[in-house]
Amino acid sequence: MTQLALVIDLNVCVGCHACVTSCKEWQTSGWAGPLTDHRPYDKDPTGTFFNRVQTFEIGEFPRTETVHFPKSCLHCEEPPCVPVCPTGASYKREDNGVVLVDYDKCIGCKYCSWACPYGMRELDEHQKVMKKCTLCIDRITDESLPEAERKPACVLACPTSARLFGDVHDPDSEVSLAIRENGGYQLMPEWGTKPANHYLPRRKTRIQIFEDELVRADNPLRKEGPLPAAEGETLDDVAF
Amino acid sequence: MLDPVDYSDRAVGRVEIKNTTCYMCACRCGIRVTLRDGEVRHIEGNPEHPHNQGVICAKGASGIMKQYSPARLTKPLLRREGAERGESEFEEISWERAFQIMEERLSKIRGTDPKKFALFTGRDQMQALTGLFSKQFGTPNYAAHGGFCSVNMAAGLIYTIGGSFWEFGGPDLERAKLFVMIGTAEDHDSNPLKIAISRFKRRGGRFISINPIRTGYSAIADEWVPIRPGTDGALLLAIVHELIKQGLYDRDFLVQYTNAAELVVDDPGRDDHGLFQRVEMHVEEGCFDPQNKLWWDRELNVAMGTHTPGCDPRLLGEFVLDDGTPVKPAFQLLKERVDDYTPEWAEGITGIPAETIRRLAHEMGVTARDQKIELPIQWTDCWDNDHDTVTGNPVAFHAMRGLAAHSNGFHAIRALGILMTLLGTIDRPGGFRHKAPFPRPIPPCPKPPKGPEDVQPETPLNGMPLGWPASPDDLFVDEAGEPVRIDKAFSWEYPLSVHGLMHNVITNAWRGDPYRIDTLMLFMANMAWNSSMHTSEIRKMLTDKDENGEYRIPFLIVADAFASETVAFADLVLPDTTYLERHDAMSMLDRPISEYSGPVDAVRIPVVEPTGECKPFQEVLIELGSRLKLPAFVHEDGSRKFRDYPDFIVNYETSPGSGIGFLAGWRGKGGEKFLKGEPNPRQWEMYAKNNCVFHYELPRSYQYMRNWNRGYLEWARAHGMTRYAEPITLHLYSEVLQKFRLAAQGKRPGKQPPERLRKRIEQYFDPLPFYHETLESRLVDTQAYPLNALTQRPMAMYHSWDSQNAWLRQIHTHNYLFVNPEVGRANGFGDGDWIWVESPHGKVRCMARFSNAVEPGTVWTWNAIGKAAGAWGLTPRANESQKGFLLNHLISEELPPCESGEHLSNSDPVTGQAAWFDVRVRICKAGDEEPEQSWPQFKAQKPLPGQTHRRPKWQDYVAGKFGRIFGRGK
Amino acid sequence: MHPAFSVIFLTTLIGVGQGLFLALVTGQVYSLANLLQPQDSVRFYAVGSALSLAFLVAGLVASIFHLGRPERAWRAASQWRTSWLSREVIVLPVFMFLVFLYGVIHWLGWTQPLFRIKGVIPVDATLLTGVLGALAAFALFGCTAMIYASIQFIEEWHSPFTLVNFTLFGIASGFMLAAAFSAWSGVDLVGFFGAWAVVFTLAAGVSRLLSLRRNARLVHKSTLETAIGIRHNRIEQKSQGFMGGSFNTREFFHGASHTTVALVRLFFLVMVFVVPLLLLAASYWLASPGLPVAAFAAQYLGLVAERWYFFAEAKHPQNLYYQSMA
Repeated sequence: MTQLALVIDLNVCVGCHACVTSCKEWQTSGWAGPLTDHRPYDKDPTGTFFNRVQTFEIGEFPRTETVHFPKSCLHCEEPPCVPVCPTGASYKREDNGVVLVDYDKCIGCKYCSWACPYGMRELDEHQKVMKKCTLCIDRITDESLPEAERKPACVLACPTSARLFGDVHDPDSEVSLAIRENGGYQLMPEWGTKPANHYLPRRKTRIQIFEDELVRADNPLRKEGPLPAAEGETLDDVAF
Repeated sequence: MLDPVDYSDRAVGRVEIKNTTCYMCACRCGIRVTLRDGEVRHIEGNPEHPHNQGVICAKGASGIMKQYSPARLTKPLLRREGAERGESEFEEISWERAFQIMEERLSKIRGTDPKKFALFTGRDQMQALTGLFSKQFGTPNYAAHGGFCSVNMAAGLIYTIGGSFWEFGGPDLERAKLFVMIGTAEDHDSNPLKIAISRFKRRGGRFISINPIRTGYSAIADEWVPIRPGTDGALLLAIVHELIKQGLYDRDFLVQYTNAAELVVDDPGRDDHGLFQRVEMHVEEGCFDPQNKLWWDRELNVAMGTHTPGCDPRLLGEFVLDDGTPVKPAFQLLKERVDDYTPEWAEGITGIPAETIRRLAHEMGVTARDQKIELPIQWTDCWDNDHDTVTGNPVAFHAMRGLAAHSNGFHAIRALGILMTLLGTIDRPGGFRHKAPFPRPIPPCPKPPKGPEDVQPETPLNGMPLGWPASPDDLFVDEAGEPVRIDKAFSWEYPLSVHGLMHNVITNAWRGDPYRIDTLMLFMANMAWNSSMHTSEIRKMLTDKDENGEYRIPFLIVADAFASETVAFADLVLPDTTYLERHDAMSMLDRPISEYSGPVDAVRIPVVEPTGECKPFQEVLIELGSRLKLPAFVHEDGSRKFRDYPDFIVNYETSPGSGIGFLAGWRGKGGEKFLKGEPNPRQWEMYAKNNCVFHYELPRSYQYMRNWNRGYLEWARAHGMTRYAEPITLHLYSEVLQKFRLAAQGKRPGKQPPERLRKRIEQYFDPLPFYHETLESRLVDTQAYPLNALTQRPMAMYHSWDSQNAWLRQIHTHNYLFVNPEVGRANGFGDGDWIWVESPHGKVRCMARFSNAVEPGTVWTWNAIGKAAGAWGLTPRANESQKGFLLNHLISEELPPCESGEHLSNSDPVTGQAAWFDVRVRICKAGDEEPEQSWPQFKAQKPLPGQTHRRPKWQDYVAGKFGRIFGRGK
Repeated sequence: MHPAFSVIFLTTLIGVGQGLFLALVTGQVYSLANLLQPQDSVRFYAVGSALSLAFLVAGLVASIFHLGRPERAWRAASQWRTSWLSREVIVLPVFMFLVFLYGVIHWLGWTQPLFRIKGVIPVDATLLTGVLGALAAFALFGCTAMIYASIQFIEEWHSPFTLVNFTLFGIASGFMLAAAFSAWSGVDLVGFFGAWAVVFTLAAGVSRLLSLRRNARLVHKSTLETAIGIRHNRIEQKSQGFMGGSFNTREFFHGASHTTVALVRLFFLVMVFVVPLLLLAASYWLASPGLPVAAFAAQYLGLVAERWYFFAEAKHPQNLYYQSMA
């Protein structure tokens, strides 16, 4: 069975929020839209977004790491939000593993959001139905688009390509390879939800400089004439 | 509900896709706009565009919300008769009336004293046109925002290597192994840089970030080196010290391609002290650095002409020429300069351990030396040596405003240029790469006018409004050595102010120093808010009246697309279009978006009709130029030359028959030529067909070593990109600066500085970089104000532009002052508390956020999130004005009075770069009884006539339609 | 969790309704066993059922306020195989129907025995519906409680205590109401229902105190480390990615201070357990019909606070992601 998912590379995410607004932009006029904004030009504006970028600081100055952390539905293989839905509006697609909401069936009881440990679902406060990341289902399956563009909007937008998209059940896919080779991990593994989305950790590159690399025969300083003679006596003058 | 698999956007409505260029920041990415039934449905990166290769940023993807923002101006407005300026009391007028008002006023000014008209623009992308208009008008009082942005970065590097970062060049991360970024949050080149950094990291490159703050790009650095603000120069000089001490410099590169080995007269008694020893030879007069200089040959121990075949010159030592002239190679002078700049010395200034500084130097030096790249590319240098390969030393740098926005920034950036040069990385693979039209001569050829006589009624300005002085004689001063420009650019106060000093225009005009002006026209520059220092004072100046009850700045025209804070102060408001509604040319004459591989320019082509009565500012200038009969815009008989802006772009040539116009692509009658060629009536069509971008990829042999690449330089000359094909030797040692110093010392004929400035010029016009404390720190009590305060631009906001944007403002709704927890606790407040931030010039109340990602000597905030109540289409209760704050209130546009003057700009003394980041502050907890509201507050700005009243409680956007449209999948 | 008053009223009101019904049936069974004197079918059982139904309907009405799209509520019955909420949606009307039936049968006086068990115990239609209704009441307690208890990562809720508490609180408040109803309608069962109310209240008190102790000692499985997958003992969020609030900050945070939460806890402990018992004891001495009514009212008020606290004390792991803005 195919399980589509995102693999998010924290090693290159600079926290630019491109995925946040490109998602909003695609979705609001698409199958899942509109994505309501409340008080858009007033105090405390708030709205439905399927994707957020958060910032964490790890450690204390000066050994601080700043981590930007994009966060959207993980499309769990065992999605706890699906069985709790009383109407069947919340479902996981058999063909590609995407977890979706049928907005015509949703009664807005919010129970699925309680049942998601990650806080990945948002009630659209205007339409009063639960909404969530669709992996741009209306894009990735739209065969009228060129194949290269059948990807979620966030993936196409991401300037650092920190978002990889593909089938995590296919061991040869780009995403499976990335997970395997770069230590991809899942969030909150303690709940057995088996998130399909994975995260790749930070990787560090260091340089080791050895002493002898600083003292070399081809040191250009040697071209600048003889080193100045020592003043006063030399060993030549005094040694037997 | 319809199965999403069966849903297609194309089934919902009529879908069209149009290409144009983004303008949500200055990056200028190619975008594809999808329209559904004629309304904007989706904006995405254009995968076929060389600049962003399909990606888009948070701002670009939110363009829709800019297009439909309630902040949009839609009608020309005139301040209501009897209403006070700043009260937002306007009446709607017709464009015809607006043009009549301007025509009448401006023609009177042009007929008497053109400099009484000043045109200053913000982050626009049409400086070629605005500059042309000003020059044609005859006023020298023109500049864009560069002076308060990053002119130090432009000038510091262009006066050193003939190119700079951002649009002018950048790090070659495709081949670099070590990448050092200094003080960069977000950049004008943001998407290309993001693409490059991620690829670089994925390839296993090592990324070091030197920055007081760890956010954005720095977050993903392999190592973060926190540094105290304004001390980068000390760090860079200490690294240079260590590189020279260890011999970790690229000697061959220095000898061949820089002035390191060139002999400098070393006799303080002589008038030519510090100048290069020049020999008699035939030198064509021109704007380039002639090669009539000397090396000291190692073998023969005599002086020889530079680049004499077989000569291997000394870099170190002191010598005496046959005529008895004592000389030293420039490199010797550099070595002497950095002798005392030890890592231990720098540790005390920068806060970076000496061991770390040494290690950084060793990492740079050893990587450059031992990981050389040899590309099998044949090329020929200017001295006719053929090379089979291009060598690269794969250490790349990038720096931006963190270095630039200090009063010691010019020399810090010179030090960076020298460091990059010592490592042998200039225009080489893995190092720094130029972007056309750079490299340009050091300094580039255009020069400002020379004196008051260059400004005459009814006459275009004699000279460029902005240029590149090569000596004191290029300064734009009167007999007494005093400024002619309203912003005092190119005067002895800031001689190399190549981008002007927009940040002082209002203060100078208000004070009438050097003179009063009549009309100030501002285009998309938010001078009544975040683009000014000392904002509260500037707002007062804009409404201040003289003894006759007249406004001190009599007439203020503001052209903008949005109800910014500045619009409230206008007498005449001209509603501009958005980027989706107009034609634009990102011209080779301005700052194109060239790639390392060759010149690129781009256009915008409207994708939707203008809203209301919005008119592109370009059209305003073309119309005004025609009405005022400025020579470039009318035929001999005075009749109008250009129908409109698109017509102007196609048919304008820099001089009749020059073949050079605003756009470089598809020139010639049938579009068969590029860069140079006669106008092509179908040029716009051809751009439209080609993703709105023209990219000429240079032959591989012309892509590197362009300062000295004969093939490239001749190609550039043939295609009208440069006047000369002379080598552009890197200025390790800046003779240009020494000329100013000699003038200040009275050792040079020609223009002389006023007495009060002699010492200042002598000190800061040092031919070699040196470290000095920032001017502000010298003049204020740094014990009483122990902290540096900075701003950074967040990636999801471009300056003040995006608070009007319903999506982006949800990400940054208000701002906090980030404080190291240790500092917060020591000052008696906690995370999230309301605090006062106080500088010697003002104070603000704001909220604190503790952060371990900021060095303890620094506090910082996101720039320009704070807004004035009611501005930018927001309600007066919006968080931006009630909780957000502007750091600008703390920063003075002028220095405290000192021996060099009463009203010197708070700027770099060399370039006039606004010293935003010099400000010193102290912080304390706000009283419990105080309101939980930011301070200062201003009277709420009223919505303007023509602004939509749509401030819905709910907003549902679906492809251009608002409202309850649910269940699109049905 | 953000305490939603719709759900607070739903669970407490139907709990009272269920408990009252169980009390009525208990009374009937006792009288059947001749431990109590039989009561008037119409005045006591029919009106009592109506009262129970009134609480159930009130609860149902409250629940409608919880739904974004109540007009589609009928759809909620479809997923009984997996969803406790769906099961509740099925069991609640079934139970209400049985309560209705029970009351109607009593009202119509169809109390002729249909058959006798072992020839001794007369079984009539009311008893049959009563027993079925009682089973439904327990099923409903189960469904309601399992809605909360089945969410494994809301660890404060994921415990048998939730089941026990919901059941005992419902029964205790129902018996308390039965006592009040008896007192109010002049039926001599105040002592009987009052005594049981005291027993269930005390049992609920023990169970609730134990659950409070458990929750206070709870070490949550999810931490910031597991939430973002980075190992460090010092991780701080600086930005949650937005500043004007979102569903995540509205639905999962109660927003009240520690003091408020502690005060609410004290309030419900006093109002649910202490005040009603004192009032009942007083009514025993004073024989005032008002006091049992006051006891019920106090306990119900306390239960509303208890249910508020039930939400407030639950820490959803998603909250780890929403700690700070900048």
